[in-house]
Amino acid sequence: MLEVETPVFSKSGNTDPFIQSLTANFSISADREEIYYAQTSPEFAMKRLLANGSDSIYQICKVFRVGEMGRRHNPEFSMLEWYRIGLSYHELMNEISELLKVLGVSDHSQRMSYKDLFYQYLKIDLCNVSVDHLKNCAAKSKIDVIGLDDNFDDWLNLLLSHLIEPQLGIEAPLFVYDYPASQAALANIREEAYPIAERFELYLNGIELANGYQELTTGEFYKKRFYLENEKRLSRNMNKISVQNNVLEDLQKGLPFCSGVALGLDRLLMHLCNASEIKDVLTFDFLNS
Amino acid sequence: MATYSTNEFKSGMKIMQDGDPCSIVENELVKPGKGQAFSRVKIRNLKTGRVVERTFKSGESVEAADVMDTDMQYLYADGEFWNFMDSETFEQVAADSKAVGDAAKWLKEQDTCTITLWDGVPISVTPQNFVVLQITETDPGVRGDTASGGGKPATLETGAVVRVPLFIEIGEIIKVDTRSGEYVGRAKDE
Repeated sequence: MLEVETPVFSKSGNTDPFIQSLTANFSISADREEIYYAQTSPEFAMKRLLANGSDSIYQICKVFRVGEMGRRHNPEFSMLEWYRIGLSYHELMNEISELLKVLGVSDHSQRMSYKDLFYQYLKIDLCNVSVDHLKNCAAKSKIDVIGLDDNFDDWLNLLLSHLIEPQLGIEAPLFVYDYPASQAALANIREEAYPIAERFELYLNGIELANGYQELTTGEFYKKRFYLENEKRLSRNMNKISVQNNVLEDLQKGLPFCSGVALGLDRLLMHLCNASEIKDVLTFDFLNS
Repeated sequence: MATYSTNEFKSGMKIMQDGDPCSIVENELVKPGKGQAFSRVKIRNLKTGRVVERTFKSGESVEAADVMDTDMQYLYADGEFWNFMDSETFEQVAADSKAVGDAAKWLKEQDTCTITLWDGVPISVTPQNFVVLQITETDPGVRGDTASGGGKPATLETGAVVRVPLFIEIGEIIKVDTRSGEYVGRAKDE
């Protein structure tokens, strides 16, 4: 697998409605303002390489996210991202499992689908549930929440983060896979009665460590996804993020059958050092940078 | 009206919730991989002292509470209010029994304590961690007993009752930890 290094700054930003990009003003003169986005992951650039015929690739780099600060978040953090051509997302989970074994984290891992997860922990059947039911479930668990409207995915995320996540990956690393299609981001969607996004997340000791996809191979779908994500951003009073033609044109060529994953290196390090806060594994955390 | 975004939350920040001023005790960002982020906070109601857990959708804004802590000297109680004075500006404020609460039993005239003001009105009074007070009532002292585990109750000049060692006599001046209500030792003569 080839190591690559891609630009940190780009005129194309991340359209993900839940990730806020850091911007830099690269002005040549006072009247010609040019805004560049710092990468929130090297995803676009690495996918451009794949679309242009590269073989499997990996990269370790710094990524930046506005507003993400806390015990387990630092606005700039290190990411290990890699793409395997010819591998399905389940095969990629096998590979991550092997990596965790080599690192001495655990010699085995577990898997559970998102749907089974909600049934096992909350007895919620995702094929047949209303927003009101999710709200009741939150109220019964004494979650007092401010600011949520009737967005189904937001309520799922509230229940997941408050009631389920803290219990995940305690015994062994756990892969949660097959997310609702509405949470696909840039993963491939499998059309079924209940459409599924072929996405996975890895949990270790209640903390999310990695996020991966069976990658979307059809070129023209990317533009559509960016459009949908921007629509979501606008409905949440967020600004629209532009994805420039150079990026769109490359992605338009389509990707080979492949899977990719991004893994938070600082959090992995936290686990290996038994640290409870991300700042314990950083030279200087954001507040002290 | 000043507001804070959840992104600014940190412990000690004063915000309005349910019509009351509150202080953020703890704030944790929870963010499922690709979804909505939340601020999960523990907040203390500064009027009742009650701590509740609450979750805010990330990015929500919350009204700031105009709350400040200031050191003031306790002057006197007039039956309804406890009166305090800022020893620099000589400004006086009157706190009612709800604001003074349990602190009343440690308040000795001229002692300094911390007054929490909300929009200029006292909402809570915190005595100093250690106060020095005279004993007004207790059973006679037992000589020679220096380290008995039992102890006995003693009433202090402010009305507080604390457990003291058996050898302590009426009229003695002792040091008490107001956070635990425990006897610390005899006050040194000054």
